[in-house]
Amino acid sequence: MNVAGVLVLAAVLASIGMTGVLVRRNLLVMIMGVELILTAANLLMVAAGVMHGQLDMQLLVFFVMMVAAAEAAVGLGLLVLLFRFRDTISTKGLTWLKG
Amino acid sequence: MTDLLFLAFTFFIASSAMAVVMARNPIYSVLNMVVCFLGVGGLYLLWGAPFLAIVHVIVYGGAIMVLFLFVILMMNLNEVSPSKWSKWAPLVSIATGAFSTAGVALALHGWPTHYAVSVVSTKALGWRLFRAYSGPFELSAILFLAAVIGVVTMTRSAEKEQS
Repeated sequence: MNVAGVLVLAAVLASIGMTGVLVRRNLLVMIMGVELILTAANLLMVAAGVMHGQLDMQLLVFFVMMVAAAEAAVGLGLLVLLFRFRDTISTKGLTWLKG
Repeated sequence: MTDLLFLAFTFFIASSAMAVVMARNPIYSVLNMVVCFLGVGGLYLLWGAPFLAIVHVIVYGGAIMVLFLFVILMMNLNEVSPSKWSKWAPLVSIATGAFSTAGVALALHGWPTHYAVSVVSTKALGWRLFRAYSGPFELSAILFLAAVIGVVTMTRSAEKEQS
């Protein structure tokens, strides 16, 4: 396994996810961008675990996956609520918190 | 051989991730996300982490993506967002995949810091998880319970408020 390649791949994946969060107006795609960033972090952690030859990193990644699953469930619940009240999931209309 | 597989997975992951961001229809985003997660699972398999590969494909590619699909289909959210960039989506995705594959190939060529991969068995992981990390494991169960109760009460109280 080559660490330099993993670094490049994780950087690409995290940048694409960040682009999705920043550029897209669709909340669903924004949540998917967050998942992409989490996946990039997971890739790096597994690579570090292989590099140092210990399996604790894989358990850490396992816990990150658990938290990501809970986060996706709560995020989608919020999204469904927003859709019920506003009939849209675009962030274009979400300006009433400005004051 | 391993490097070639790494490059192939890199191409799939990067191009499908770009397609997730660029797709006009959210359903296409979800499907591309599944491809991306399959690629990441393949990488885990390549690095000697079969347990993580299986969990990643089942939990991320299976459960979470089905959750997204259910939300899209139940709320009828598959509205197509108009975008002047969407015409270039396939081209940009493939170009992103090609460029990042080239970047990874350069990195592989420039810094050949290879580490030996040893397969971590699920049994070893299980021993470690239930001995050393049993506390965090139980805590994550509480986290899930809190998430479930939180989401249910949130949506139900909103229902009452609405009616």
